[in-house]
Amino acid sequence: MRSLGWLRLPLIGAFTFLYIPIAVLVVMSFNASKVPFVWTGFSTRWYGELASNDLIREGLINTLIVAVGATVLATILGTLIAIGVARYVRSSVLEAYSLAPAIIPDLVLAIGLLAFFSLVGVTLSLFSVLLAHVVFGMAFVAAVVIARLGQTDPSLEEASRDLGASAVATFIRVTLPSLGPAILAGALLVFTLSIDEFVVAFFTDGPSTPTLPIVIYSMVRFGVTPEINALATLLLLVSFTIVISAQRITRLTDAV
Amino acid sequence: MRRSKAGVLLATASSMAIVLSACGGGSDSAPAELDPNADLTKQTLTVSNWAGYYPEDLAAKFQESVGTPLTISEHATNEEIMAKLTAGGESGFDVAFVSGQFAQALNEAGLVETINPEFVPNLKNLYPEAQELAYDPGNKFSVPYAWGTTGICYRSDLIPEPTSWNDILQPSADNKGKVTALATERWLMLPAQKALGFSANTKDEAEMEKVKEALIAAKPNLLAYDDTTFYSRLVSGEANAVVAWDGWCNYGTAENPDIKFVVPSEGSDLWADTMVVLKTSKNKEAAHAFINYILDPVNHAWVAENILYKVPNKAAMDAVGAQLAATYPNMGTTPAELLKGESLVDLGEAGPMYTKIATEVTSS
Amino acid sequence: MLTASRTSGRGAARRRALTAQAVFTGPGLIYITLFMSIPVLLVLVYSFFERGRFGGITWNFTLDNYARVLEPVYLNVFGDSLVIAGVTTIIALAIGYPTAYAIARLPTQWRSIALVMVVLPFWTNFLIRTYAWIVLLNSEGPINSSLVDLGVISAPIGMLYTPGAVIAGLTYAYLPLVILPVYASVERLDRQLLEAASNLGASRARVFLDVTLPLTLPGAMIGAIFVFVPSLGNFVVPELLGGGKTVMVGNLIRDQFLEARDWPFGAVLALLVIALLVFLFAMQAMIARRINGISRA
Repeated sequence: MRSLGWLRLPLIGAFTFLYIPIAVLVVMSFNASKVPFVWTGFSTRWYGELASNDLIREGLINTLIVAVGATVLATILGTLIAIGVARYVRSSVLEAYSLAPAIIPDLVLAIGLLAFFSLVGVTLSLFSVLLAHVVFGMAFVAAVVIARLGQTDPSLEEASRDLGASAVATFIRVTLPSLGPAILAGALLVFTLSIDEFVVAFFTDGPSTPTLPIVIYSMVRFGVTPEINALATLLLLVSFTIVISAQRITRLTDAV
Repeated sequence: MRRSKAGVLLATASSMAIVLSACGGGSDSAPAELDPNADLTKQTLTVSNWAGYYPEDLAAKFQESVGTPLTISEHATNEEIMAKLTAGGESGFDVAFVSGQFAQALNEAGLVETINPEFVPNLKNLYPEAQELAYDPGNKFSVPYAWGTTGICYRSDLIPEPTSWNDILQPSADNKGKVTALATERWLMLPAQKALGFSANTKDEAEMEKVKEALIAAKPNLLAYDDTTFYSRLVSGEANAVVAWDGWCNYGTAENPDIKFVVPSEGSDLWADTMVVLKTSKNKEAAHAFINYILDPVNHAWVAENILYKVPNKAAMDAVGAQLAATYPNMGTTPAELLKGESLVDLGEAGPMYTKIATEVTSS
Repeated sequence: MLTASRTSGRGAARRRALTAQAVFTGPGLIYITLFMSIPVLLVLVYSFFERGRFGGITWNFTLDNYARVLEPVYLNVFGDSLVIAGVTTIIALAIGYPTAYAIARLPTQWRSIALVMVVLPFWTNFLIRTYAWIVLLNSEGPINSSLVDLGVISAPIGMLYTPGAVIAGLTYAYLPLVILPVYASVERLDRQLLEAASNLGASRARVFLDVTLPLTLPGAMIGAIFVFVPSLGNFVVPELLGGGKTVMVGNLIRDQFLEARDWPFGAVLALLVIALLVFLFAMQAMIARRINGISRA
């Protein structure tokens, strides 16, 4: 860090800025007092209250259902289209189109889907949220896989084809293994995005099946409570673990 | 509602091309055809209500008593649930809790069922005054759940009792930045409408223009527009006086007995939150059973004790009203006193004007 | 070349190639078209029709919705949104650019750790991160309490429910999105160019201003767009941190769809946001092309 000189300042400043709110939340979640801003001692009672909160549990289950389903579908679709774009069709327009869902403002996508589902007569439910999450999830998977494909040598696949293997066999035996870590990393990213996603879910979810972010939104509108702090800390922990794992996996890829 | 107006609105309603929504209907249609032998345990009920506006174990108790599984979904504002109900297609709800003027709008859109009184015998428990409210005389398509008025909730230990809506709109120097107003349209307008001597249901553009100016002038003095956390601001001392519904003020009183409620001298509204049965519901018998369950004197009293709002149920209030009023004075307001407030009704075509003014005020 | 030696001749090879293309890109394309393109097109279509009395659409063609956007109240909201998003972007760049630059100068093994740490908050729940600011800025929160305890101020400052709080919340939400693209473009800088410039006698400041800055501009612009556009369309932060007193385009759009039930008008607003996004991307691409053209010359 010494070589940075004065640049150390903004670096430390930025990290402080990024992590102080998180630190505050985590610390507050262990505050024994109900009044959030007066520290009266260490306690884990809010985590206990969290565990018995039905609405949160329901939200969590709903969120997991959507996340798992969306991750599976998005990974499949995203990987397929990434391979198609990077190896077969090689068009930058197509590449842009396949990445577009990740760039479109989430509010616009949300209202578009609401209008679309209403028009077509799809009843809003966890399923409609799942469908929505897949569309931008696959773009993220595609981005990761395309990037990885950009780094790997297509001649391996060409060689496989020339030696007589069918496209399918090549795909399974050659392409997929080298893409494995990238696909996994993409899947983890979609999963994380989905469990945290609020805006699109808010517009496309059915009335009786709120996802966890939607539950959090209703809770937060009523003000600051210690349970939210505890919930926040847990969610942060989960997200951190997933992202760091994804990072580890892609670094394994770099070593290969 | 005058017949000719109903006719115009009906014509407009039926010319809408809302996908899959039931068309026609109106306050004169026959009561829903219900099956007296329907097996309620085979039906399910999805209800939308405000968060914190029902006893926590309502779903469990209802299922124990009637046998129908009940899911309670929550909405934060009338407008939010209205949007879901009018979006076209099946909303997924059987019963919705909406304020009276919105029930009226839903009825005009043909989205709610006419209540079948034979299946809701507990209707007789309602106060006579609660059976002739302006938005639905005779409770044809809606049944009142809770009612009250809007006023100022304040810290009596920090400021003297407010006497006028201008104590919020143009607070004294000490109080600037320590007052909040309600955010939802009708109640956003109310303080200015009453302070200027207008009706809370006015459609006059010139009057509303003055209301808008008054509200824009008031904005710099506000801490925030707040529908949900205003009483906790009183408790924490961030705010000294907030515009509040009478029942909600009681939550503040529960935490700090110095928090009191007052209706300003210029007068206020009479609002009622009602239960409506959606036409698209497939569980209308269970829906009626639910409404009837609520109107049971014991249950409705239990609701009142829990949500600290007045309920329009004479039998229930006779039982618990007095003792609640000892701690929460506004629980003792009699129906006669409530009727001094102006009953809120649907604005019809003037609705969008209010929406636009609300945007102009909050974004100023 | 090698394809000519395949089994059944060129026709079959081409058919196999086309099938492969269809198999791989087909499903994804159909999905995106169905669940993104068509919905967005629908929004476009709705903008030209009237709202129904209670919501939904009445199929009468009209340009009124577009005319409405030009009314002062809405132009006002749009203007405020542009200002707030703009200030947010400037602050994000001011913090993010030096940070990204610093990270690019770290020893290699520290770089990826630093990047992960930057990105980590972004992958957490957005509501939670915004909520953290409610906790922080509250009149009884840590900032006010410590300032009062230290005697710096005598009474808590009302930091919450102000445009400033909204800007802080938005900056916090999108800062990582600035750092990443800037880092990528700083990292890609050809060191030889920088060396050459300083060998030719340029001071460090000049090297930065004349070489580094222009070359990293495309990356910085991408970062700026990634902060600006989402800030514009955000409704959660203005609602939670702004106390209802700061109305941005995102709030307006959300209100049209979920409260006022005026879908056509909401559609116009949404289209404006998209149009702005497209415009900004186009500008960025243009400027990037010119800069990259110059650097290669």
